[in-house]
Amino acid sequence: MRFEIIMPGIRRKRRELYSKEICACSIFGAMNRDGDRFTGEGVMKAIANMHVRGNGLGGGFAAYGIYPEYRDYYAFHLMFTGKNVVVKEAAKREFEAFLSSKFDVVCDEEIPHDDSVPVSDPPLLWRYFVLPKDVGDGGDGGDWGGRTEEDFIVDQIMAVNTRIENAYVFSSGKNMGCFKGVGYPEEIGEYFMLDKLYRAHTWTVHGRFPTNTQAWWGGAHPFSLLDTTIVHNGEISSYGTNRWYLEMYGYACTLQTDTEVIAYAADLLMRRQKLPIDIVAKILAPPIWNAIDRMNEKEKKLLTTLRMVYGPLLMNGPFAVIIGETGRMIGLTDRIRLRPLTAATSGEMFYISSEEASIRLISPHLDRVWTPNGGEPVVGELKSARKVLL
Amino acid sequence: MKSFVFPEFQVIRDEESCGQCRGCERQCAFGTHTYDPAADRIVSDESKCVGCQRCVIFCPKDAIVVRPSPSYYRANASWSREKLEDLKRQAETGGVILTGCGSDKPFRIYWDHIVLNASQVTNPSLDPLREPMELRTFLGRKPDLMDISADSGDVEIRTELYPNLVVETPILFSAMSYGAISYNAFRSLATAACRSKTYFNTGEGGLPLEMRDEFGRCAIVQVASGRFGIDAEYLNTAQAVEIKVGQGAKPGIGGHLPGEKVSDTVAKTRMIPPGTDAISPAPHHDIYSIEDLATLIGALKEATNYEKPISVKIAAVHNFAAIASGIVRAGADIIAIDGLRGGTGAAPKAIRDNVGIPTELAISSLDRRLREEGIRNQCSIIAAGGIRCSSDIIKAIALGADAVYIGSAALIAMGCTLCQKCYTGKCNWGICTQDPRLSGRLNVDIASTRLSNLISAWSHEISEMLGGMGINALESLRGNRDHLRGVGLYDWELDVLGIKGAGE
Repeated sequence: MRFEIIMPGIRRKRRELYSKEICACSIFGAMNRDGDRFTGEGVMKAIANMHVRGNGLGGGFAAYGIYPEYRDYYAFHLMFTGKNVVVKEAAKREFEAFLSSKFDVVCDEEIPHDDSVPVSDPPLLWRYFVLPKDVGDGGDGGDWGGRTEEDFIVDQIMAVNTRIENAYVFSSGKNMGCFKGVGYPEEIGEYFMLDKLYRAHTWTVHGRFPTNTQAWWGGAHPFSLLDTTIVHNGEISSYGTNRWYLEMYGYACTLQTDTEVIAYAADLLMRRQKLPIDIVAKILAPPIWNAIDRMNEKEKKLLTTLRMVYGPLLMNGPFAVIIGETGRMIGLTDRIRLRPLTAATSGEMFYISSEEASIRLISPHLDRVWTPNGGEPVVGELKSARKVLL
Repeated sequence: MKSFVFPEFQVIRDEESCGQCRGCERQCAFGTHTYDPAADRIVSDESKCVGCQRCVIFCPKDAIVVRPSPSYYRANASWSREKLEDLKRQAETGGVILTGCGSDKPFRIYWDHIVLNASQVTNPSLDPLREPMELRTFLGRKPDLMDISADSGDVEIRTELYPNLVVETPILFSAMSYGAISYNAFRSLATAACRSKTYFNTGEGGLPLEMRDEFGRCAIVQVASGRFGIDAEYLNTAQAVEIKVGQGAKPGIGGHLPGEKVSDTVAKTRMIPPGTDAISPAPHHDIYSIEDLATLIGALKEATNYEKPISVKIAAVHNFAAIASGIVRAGADIIAIDGLRGGTGAAPKAIRDNVGIPTELAISSLDRRLREEGIRNQCSIIAAGGIRCSSDIIKAIALGADAVYIGSAALIAMGCTLCQKCYTGKCNWGICTQDPRLSGRLNVDIASTRLSNLISAWSHEISEMLGGMGINALESLRGNRDHLRGVGLYDWELDVLGIKGAGE
């Protein structure tokens, strides 16, 4: 028997008063499949060409391969928000106390930025290169009750984002980083000096047009968990359903936006479940039943089962996303393709963009340009993962 | 003893229109109308009228009006007419007040305080006439996550899957037993369920032998405390087995089919002697605890070779969510919850109108409970009790139900007018009776068409509302409270429903 006693005086908190921010957007991704790294200059130019798809209330970048000197360490990018510097510093202290109890920090520094760029109300931005503590240092050292190190990292990120007020981990992968904030993406790029300080083999970019005016730095894209990043254009009408399903698997949705659920779904399916991207696409944007019922027995069984088991992860409503991972960049639209997405190749370069014009602006001569079908993923992969990963 | 209760209804006959055809006399099983040959006119005994409107609808001259009696007792907010009359009847008989159908009391109907969302600008609404709109629903246990191997493009599912029911629309017919309802009504439900690619529930009265081949594919068979009509073939001919623990109209009590309704065929189907009372005890006498239920679930899974989902139906009562969570852990694949306004063929009025909680609140708290415990995917929720229209269904799904059972709604489609006299066995509409003269009035072809039409109409409306929200698959609405807002509700009610107030 279970007894639940609600003590008088404790406020009822059962109501699920979450809010979902709605936005339309521009997205862009560029990858050098040979693993050669390049600065953010080109992608900043490309996203600036889609200026009118955003409204200056959010922009961001994910860059892969930017921290080769720290490639074995998780790079945590932190945002400390608050009314004044005292509040921000307090959040930082609280976070660092938490961090040092669980992790060894090999380097920490303020994320370089150019204060001459006019952005509104920037938080305190800091980065930490860390590894989980070994047993001898009071850590769990690889024994996480049958769970992986990555699960452990995810749990810690969820703990920070839900429990430490004014502190947000907005990037947490190895040898990669997210840079985001309130402003047009080209301004954010300048603020973080992405065209000067960083060289990446894969860049994804986002320009944002939220329909409400509440703008905060944490709400900008990309959203990331470990090395998976998402830039997203659209609205997820199935948010409430996706959210409860992901919450059952320990993902806390704290960032007040629907894009988060795609990031967590990608993490659950691709990292934890290790499902291939073709299967993941069939879960997030499955074919319609009419099509499934006409397939051969084997395909029909697979897709029916996927929809039966993973129905709550179907992303309903219009979306186009670029999912970034170490060594991979994936473009996907909803199953009835209600948001634009164009893919292109030029030599070793692979592009995904909301608009073809942006690709042509920085790469006028393309080998191939195409519009992927709804629900069909386009995948760009590094030809030689070794070159970048080792 | 002279009754001090005056008639509930007034029967008004337009003598000029009336052709003395005596149709009303034949229609009324309660004997309200009689022909007086001396005066060559029909006379009506209002004290016998139950207000079922059968004679009104079937009068070829439209000469009859039946309306509530204008007589009244002195108005008294405490002593309503109903309270006064029930008391008088009990003083006259010394018995329990029986009734039928779901509770008619003015408990708050939460459906009517919840509004739905629609897409504007940022997200296109979808037109179900042009775009696919998917209502297909799987009912049963789902694995936590799937183990899929993909070697060189060949994808293999390694996870063991559980049997699931597939419905093309999330509407199933609730349990109504042969015996309680007539053979024709029972067969109409079965016919319509098969035609509309959904399921009917046999209730606890068994499944007649001759119906098994044809209708087994769309049947959920019930195992209730009376264990009527159960054999291996009965269990295996169906697609799912439901253990009935409780019923929303009468939580905590059993059933009683009076001997007069146990005809030869009812007796044969129930495997009891004709004319004997069929009594379902209040509890299952082999289930006095959750582990006993687990044993029965296990036994039924064994008996059906683990090929059928096992459902457990319980009434929504105060602590039911915790109980339901135990039921899922005991192995149930489907939980059917029946709320306060669920119907019945016979129940003590005191129970019907006072025990249980509203379905809307029950769905939400059950869904939340199972989610919090991380076992929501291990069972499906079928909500029952007080579903009146397609918007009730879509709200139930957004609150967390997988599908709904409709009982009263299905009977109304066949002709029922909720006169609440089901327990008399004299249903003039041929639904809740075993009198061949009455049950013959219900034509299976017509009644099943009416039922299929209802399912089709509601499915269209659900698609329309779904499309308006910019969603093209029902699974994306399940538990998606984001698309609901409350109007005129207290904070605690919004909390239990897990929804925001309108405008929030």
